[in-house]
Amino acid sequence: MHGWTGRILKIDLDSKKVSEENPGKGVYEKYIGGKGLAGYYLKDHITKAWNDPEMPLLLFNGPLSGTQSPTSGRMTVMSRSPQTGTVGDASVGGKFGTRMKNAGWDGIIITGRSGSPCGIEISDDRVSFTDASLLSGKLTGEISSILGEKGSSAVTGPASENGVKFSSVIFDRHYAAGRNGLGLIFAAKNLKYITVKGTGKTEVADPEGLKKAREDILRLAAASPVVMGELGITNYGTAAIYDLMDSRRMMPTDNFRKTHFDHAKEMNAAVYKHKYHPKRYGCMGCHILCKKMTEQGEALPEFETMNHFSSLLLNTDTDTVMEANRLCNEMGMDTISAGATLAAYSEIRGKILSGDEIVRLIADIGLGRGNGKALGAGSFDYAAAMGKPEASITVKKLELPAYDPRGAYGMALGYAVSTRGGCHLRAYPIGSEILRKPVPTDRFSFSGKSMIIKISEDANAVVDSLTACKFIFFGASLEEYANAYSAVTGCETSGQELLRIGERIYYAQRMMNAANGFSSVHDDLPARFFNEDGSSGNGIEISRINRDDFIAARSLYYSVRGLDENGIPRKEMVKELGLT
Amino acid sequence: MKRMMHIFENKLIEQRLIAEDTAIFGEREGSIVWNRTTRLTDILESVFNSLNISSLLYSRPAEPYWSLLEYLCESSFPVLHLRDNETRTFLHDIPILRDFDPAAISTELRRRKSVYVLGHGIVTHGTMTSEQAFVNYSSICFSAFVKFFADYLVHIRAGEASAAEKETMKRVLDNLSPMNEINDKLLTGPFATEEDVYRAVSEAGKPVVRHGLVDSVMGNVSYLWNGVLFISQTGSFLDALEKCIDPCPIDNSSCAGITASTELPTHLAIVRGTSKKAVLHGHPKFSVIMSLFCEKHDCPNIDACNTKCVEQRYLGDIPIVPGESGTGKFAIVNTVPPALADSRGAIVYGHGVFTTGAVDFNEPFQNLVDIESMARTGYFNLI
Repeated sequence: MHGWTGRILKIDLDSKKVSEENPGKGVYEKYIGGKGLAGYYLKDHITKAWNDPEMPLLLFNGPLSGTQSPTSGRMTVMSRSPQTGTVGDASVGGKFGTRMKNAGWDGIIITGRSGSPCGIEISDDRVSFTDASLLSGKLTGEISSILGEKGSSAVTGPASENGVKFSSVIFDRHYAAGRNGLGLIFAAKNLKYITVKGTGKTEVADPEGLKKAREDILRLAAASPVVMGELGITNYGTAAIYDLMDSRRMMPTDNFRKTHFDHAKEMNAAVYKHKYHPKRYGCMGCHILCKKMTEQGEALPEFETMNHFSSLLLNTDTDTVMEANRLCNEMGMDTISAGATLAAYSEIRGKILSGDEIVRLIADIGLGRGNGKALGAGSFDYAAAMGKPEASITVKKLELPAYDPRGAYGMALGYAVSTRGGCHLRAYPIGSEILRKPVPTDRFSFSGKSMIIKISEDANAVVDSLTACKFIFFGASLEEYANAYSAVTGCETSGQELLRIGERIYYAQRMMNAANGFSSVHDDLPARFFNEDGSSGNGIEISRINRDDFIAARSLYYSVRGLDENGIPRKEMVKELGLT
Repeated sequence: MKRMMHIFENKLIEQRLIAEDTAIFGEREGSIVWNRTTRLTDILESVFNSLNISSLLYSRPAEPYWSLLEYLCESSFPVLHLRDNETRTFLHDIPILRDFDPAAISTELRRRKSVYVLGHGIVTHGTMTSEQAFVNYSSICFSAFVKFFADYLVHIRAGEASAAEKETMKRVLDNLSPMNEINDKLLTGPFATEEDVYRAVSEAGKPVVRHGLVDSVMGNVSYLWNGVLFISQTGSFLDALEKCIDPCPIDNSSCAGITASTELPTHLAIVRGTSKKAVLHGHPKFSVIMSLFCEKHDCPNIDACNTKCVEQRYLGDIPIVPGESGTGKFAIVNTVPPALADSRGAIVYGHGVFTTGAVDFNEPFQNLVDIESMARTGYFNLI
């Protein structure tokens, strides 16, 4: 095969034995890789408890990994989410996906539970297990340093050991598989880290075809102001979006009680650039280089983190945001959930947290001490326990990121129906509603949004399976990536055919969630967005969302997605998509 | 209910790209809704159902696009390769079919945004909205126009124009709108308030569209005022800029202009450190056509004119420079600003024209008109 190695590594931590799975080309063509293939291996286990030893932990790269295809350095981590109970997956950058392919593997499936804390070290075909007891309690940065030259690394920190529901996995020191609490899956398996390195190369069927596809993609990326423009992600990182959200009056502020932050200009990307002098840094195989690092090697916060540790908490100190970001990553926990949980805490306690309190509480959460123990359950369980469930701004128990849905109705629908809970990336309608890519749409209307959300979810499922980065799709499209896929794998395809595969991958996730009892009851938004207006101003009115309009749009979404009126998969659609 | 497809059908008619009652436009949200029912609607519905899209558009183009597209597609069957840069970047090429066969149309639309069916016209789609279908349709008309005239010039100069090509040109010229005298008066600067600047920028785009100096969502316009560049947003229609202008501080103290035009770096480079305040960028067809015309057949960069041309080329007094949209080594930000230093305008090879003004948009607009007029006259002199 080209693109794929045809080999998946299976590791049983009970017996410390390894084996090889060879799924055959038909399975690859049906699910591609990354999110699609990981989902294929998760579906038979999805009704097990997340901490059942037989619940698989899945790490998959895609056919484009290790090739010249732009932004091919990403990969997928998947299991059942300890935080939401849904399918839990995260697309993550760094080098791990590429190194896994170099070692000759399209994916890794880990089951069982080690008797004591362990590490897995992979070097080409050789897999060894180490005693990781001495790494317990250590920060992720320290563990990454200790692992040094062993290869690309995936590690967890104290948060997962202390049962934090939004524990993350940190790849290559700076890249987080942040959402859905996947760090806890590592902990449930007594797995502290994985390293991988290899000497192989990805075989490409048509190098000239790939070169042409690459040139087309790079040209479109260069012409995208969001990606490579003067004010775009290459120059400022995702922080570039901060000003835009505030100017559009949809910046989550004070635990989503406001949508405008008076101090935004003091906390924006330009301020960070001036104050911390960041350098460009990026995933393997990517020319966008969206990650920003100080000369001392400290990562600047991503947009979501900037928002959640500034406006969402009414904090006006960038040093606090930097420290909160650093500490979350060192503890191994998701910055979005951490910030949002602290915002719920702030609302429930009726007090604005100082910078010192923010940092101290993050440490308390990670170390499972004091109030941090209760907060480590996430905002949904914490607010419920405090008798104030309305303070938790979550969908399916996952805290919302930094786009207030009252300012973008496609985003509202996208949050609600997302298969992993309150996530902006499943459909990412901010692209069209705010960033005007690939085409601008009316952000204050549900008209057309059901179809846009459905198609975008399908497209992004493909992106996460190839694997590639969503950012480059602010310039290029699946039309160009279909050519890259065909050139790499030798399997002729088209943008539309890839979308059909994306539809299958996404529908499979709906099926898995339905098997665990998820339905339209869970495809909903917090009441706040239907009952309270946002912060209007500058000629922009931010009103509460009309619930009837939302319900109508959701019904239409179910229709175009091929679900029944309760959001449950239909038998005929399951058959049509080849998912029986 | 007024649907997006009705808005964009009207836009196609206004821009004389189609005749009234010829477009079949469909949108889907739940079920498919068509703007009209004809004998082709069933075929198009089966195409629609075979694709994961939100809208589908079919129409026979109006003249002169019909004649030149029929000629180009017949002579270059089964695929039409485009010559202008922007359109080629996102359309790549246009597959051609001989029959209005739903399976064949579906097959082509699976891999490309549009297909041309000989004897029928353009079929195109929007994955997310009808606006994408409109932009595709408009772009095909623009790029086919440019290709036909550019190719004809080469062929006629080399004595290689065929009878069919000459006959087509005759029909095209019979249907080509004359370039009337244009003397639109725009708001007079200098501008006292931010509100005036917004109004001036909005107003400046309208005549550019009205006089055919730009198509679909191409082109951009900006004005520097009090350290802030007010520039049209990416993907905006120049005749509808009222809510599509981004204020970008030239000291980059805010990224709120991340949605600004792709050419923001070029606009900034033009106004930074100069007395220029107003920048206008359009895609007037004959300027683009003439920029493609070069008779240096032994040039080592002949396959990369848009990026690597090193010749000092001019149309009259106007420099013609290479460059691509956006950023990077070959971006126009490296070529256009220096070319404008001592010139009333600059033409980007296969792309469009930039003009500037020190006070308001009257000067750059008039220069845009003059350059296009010069290009048109020059073209017809050459043939």
